Amino acid sequence: MFKIVHREELGQGTVILNEIEAPLIAKKAKPGQFVILKANETGERIPLTMANTDPEKGTITIVYMIIGRSTATFASLKVGDSFMDVIGPLGRPTHLEKVGKVVCVGGGTGVAVLHPITRALKEIGNDVTAITGARNKDLIILEDLMTKASNTLHICTDDGSYGHHGFVTDILKEKIENEDIKMVVAIGPVPMMRAVAEMTRPQGIHTLVSLNPIMVDGTGMCGCCRVSVGGETKFACVDGPEFDAHKVDFKELMLRLHSYTEMEKQSYEDFKAGK
Amino acid sequence: MPEKKKNPGRVSMPEQPAKVRAHNFLEVPEGYTLKMAQEEAARCLNCKKPLCMEGCPVGVLIPEFIALLVQGDITAAARKIWERNALPAVCGRVCPQESQCEGNCIVGKRGEPVAIGNLERFVSDWERENGTGQLPPQEPKTGKKVAVVGAGPSGLTVAGDLIKKGHDVTIFEAFHKPGGVLVYGIPEFRLPKAIVGQEVHFLERQGVTINCNSVVGKCISLDELFEEGFDAIYVGVGAGLPRFMGLPGENFIGILSANEYLTRTNLMKGYDFPNYDTPVPSGKKVVVLGAGNVAMDSARTAMRMGAESVKIVYRRSREEMPARNAEIHHAEEEGIELCLLANPTKYIGNDEGRLVGMECLKMELGEPDDSGRRRPVPRKGSEFSIECDLCIVAVGSGANPLLTGETPDMELNKRGNVVAEPGSGKTSKKGVWAGGDIVSGAATVILAMGAGREAANSMHRYLTQGW
Repeated sequence: MFKIVHREELGQGTVILNEIEAPLIAKKAKPGQFVILKANETGERIPLTMANTDPEKGTITIVYMIIGRSTATFASLKVGDSFMDVIGPLGRPTHLEKVGKVVCVGGGTGVAVLHPITRALKEIGNDVTAITGARNKDLIILEDLMTKASNTLHICTDDGSYGHHGFVTDILKEKIENEDIKMVVAIGPVPMMRAVAEMTRPQGIHTLVSLNPIMVDGTGMCGCCRVSVGGETKFACVDGPEFDAHKVDFKELMLRLHSYTEMEKQSYEDFKAGK
Repeated sequence: MPEKKKNPGRVSMPEQPAKVRAHNFLEVPEGYTLKMAQEEAARCLNCKKPLCMEGCPVGVLIPEFIALLVQGDITAAARKIWERNALPAVCGRVCPQESQCEGNCIVGKRGEPVAIGNLERFVSDWERENGTGQLPPQEPKTGKKVAVVGAGPSGLTVAGDLIKKGHDVTIFEAFHKPGGVLVYGIPEFRLPKAIVGQEVHFLERQGVTINCNSVVGKCISLDELFEEGFDAIYVGVGAGLPRFMGLPGENFIGILSANEYLTRTNLMKGYDFPNYDTPVPSGKKVVVLGAGNVAMDSARTAMRMGAESVKIVYRRSREEMPARNAEIHHAEEEGIELCLLANPTKYIGNDEGRLVGMECLKMELGEPDDSGRRRPVPRKGSEFSIECDLCIVAVGSGANPLLTGETPDMELNKRGNVVAEPGSGKTSKKGVWAGGDIVSGAATVILAMGAGREAANSMHRYLTQGW
C-alpha cells in the first residue's frame, strides 16, 4: 500500500496533487519517468508522469485533472489513505544536456510533468524560459514551483485574467524570433504539443514532447500505447514517453486517446451516481 | 488362456454445454466427482516402468499418486504430486497432456489413455477444498537468500522447490498480482483465477515472500539485488513483447495484441466492466490472427464478450495450427469460424481511425520451410476482404528487453532471449539462472515449469556447494 502524505487541490479543485510514500521509486526515479497507479482492487492502471520526487523523504508527487472514474477515485483518497498499487519508475528518463537557451512549454497538468524536467535542465546550466498556460487565472497550477525551476516564467491565460492574454505559442513565437533557442520541451494537451511542434519545425529546433497514450502494463508487454514516430511504431511506455516532436503522428495519437470514450463516459456517470 | 481383460473407456469429465458456456466466463470442464475419479484411476496399469513420467517435464510421480487415489487417500495423493509439482491444479488444467504423460500412456496404445490431467486436477482441487491444509515438509534453514524475478509458472516452481530445500525465497513481480501468464493470459474459463491465487497462497504459507509492483531492471537491478544480500537469482520474466504483423493501418483503434486483450479481460477483469474499471473493446465482428493456444483463448474470450462472429484467420491449414486439438475443438463448438489459408495484407479504418475491416489474400501450401511445415504462398488474384471491428493479433511474442537491457553482462542470443545452459539454466552472469519463455521463446506453462525445476536443482547445488 502506498500512503498519501500530502494532498492539495489546485485549479479550483479540478486538479489534485498527491504526495505518496513510495521510497523505492523515489530513490530511483529521474525526470521524465512515470508511474502506474491503481487505487483499489477494481481499479484501472493509470500512467502518470511524476511531478516531483523526494528521495530522502521517500515520496513521489503526482498531479492529475479529474476527468473520469479513475481520476475521480484517486481524488476521493484523503491524506492517510493509500493507493493499492504504484509501479515504477517506468519509461526512459529525459535526456538532459547543456545546450544553452531552452524553452519549456506547459499546458494543463502537463505543467506538473514539465516541472522536474525544467528544474533539471536549469540545474545543469541551461538558460531556461518556462511558458505555462491555462484557460483562466483560477486554473493556473504550480506557479511558485515553476518560478523556482526556471530562469524566467511566462504565464498565459486564454481570457487574459492573468499574465499574457493569449496562447503559450504567442510567447514561444516571440522567443524563437528574437533569441537563439536550442531546444524546446512541450508537455500538455495534444493540440498544444502539435502547435509547438509546427512552430519549431521550420527552424528545425530540437523539440521534445512527453506523450500520454492509453496504457495497461507500462512495461512493453501489451502494445496498447503504440505511437507512430517517424513512420515507425513505438511503445510510449518503454521507448518513450518522450519523443522528437517533429516525428510524432499527433493525429493518430489524438484518435487513439478516444478508443474508449463511450465506455469511460458510462463508467464516470455511474461513479457520479454512486454506483 | 483366459482372455485379457479389456480396459474400459475413459471416464469423461462433464462440461458446460457449448451454447451456454460461450456466453459466460465460468470454467468449461466441471471436474470429476470422487467416484468418477476413482473409476478413471482404476484404469491405470501401474506400470513397472512408467513411460508417462518420462513425458512429464517435472517428473510427477504419476502411478504412485494414482494408486493412492485408488486407495482413497487423497491427501496422500496430493502430497505425492507436490513432491514434484508446485502448481498441480494449474497443470491439471492447462498442460498439453496428449503430447506428454497421456501421449506416453500404455493404456493409450489400444484405446484412450488414462486421463492423468483430469486426475491431477481432481486430486489438487479436492485437497484444496477438503484437505488438511498441511504443508509439505521443509529441510532445515540454510540461511541462503534467493531472489526470483517474475511470478509466472517457472518462477513459482523455483520458489516452491527452493523453499522446501530450506532457502529463503523472495519473488519480485512487475504486475500488481502474482501468477504471470496464469493471471494475465489464460482466461478465467480455462483456469479460474481463484485457483491460481490459492496455489500462490500455498507458496506464501510455506514462507515464500512475494513483492508485487516490483519491476526489476527499473526499480532495482540484478546487481543491486546481490548487494542487498541475495545469494542467487532466477530470472523468469516471460516472453512479454507482443509481435504485430507490420501491416498498413495497424494502429487503427480496435487492433490489439492478444497480450493487451487478454490482460484487459483477465488480469484487469474487464469482462466484469463496469464493476471493474478497465474497459475492453467489445467487437461485434472479431478477427483473431494466429492459430496457437493464445489465439484460441482470444477468440473464445471475444465470443464471451458478446461478439456476433469470431473468425480465426490463419495462413496455413488446419494441420499446421499450433494450438492443442482440444482447444481448437472447444473453439469450434462455441461457434468460432476457422478462416484457413488466408493472410491479411492491410487493415481498413474509418475517419475516426477505427477498424472496419481488413484485406486478405488466399494462400496455398508450397514446399516445407525451415520449421518443416509447408510454406504458405499467396494465390495470385485471390484478394478478398473481411468486415471486422476488432482484431486481436496473436502471432506470438518476443523477449521483453526491460530487464535484459539493463543487465549488459548477461548474454543474449540474437533474438534477445537469455542464453542459459541446457539442463541447469545457468546464465553467463555469475549467480544468475534463467528459464521459461525468456530463454526458450514463447512456449508452454509446463515447459517453463520444467526449466524452473532444472534451475532450482542447479541453484541448490550452487548454494550448498558453489558455482
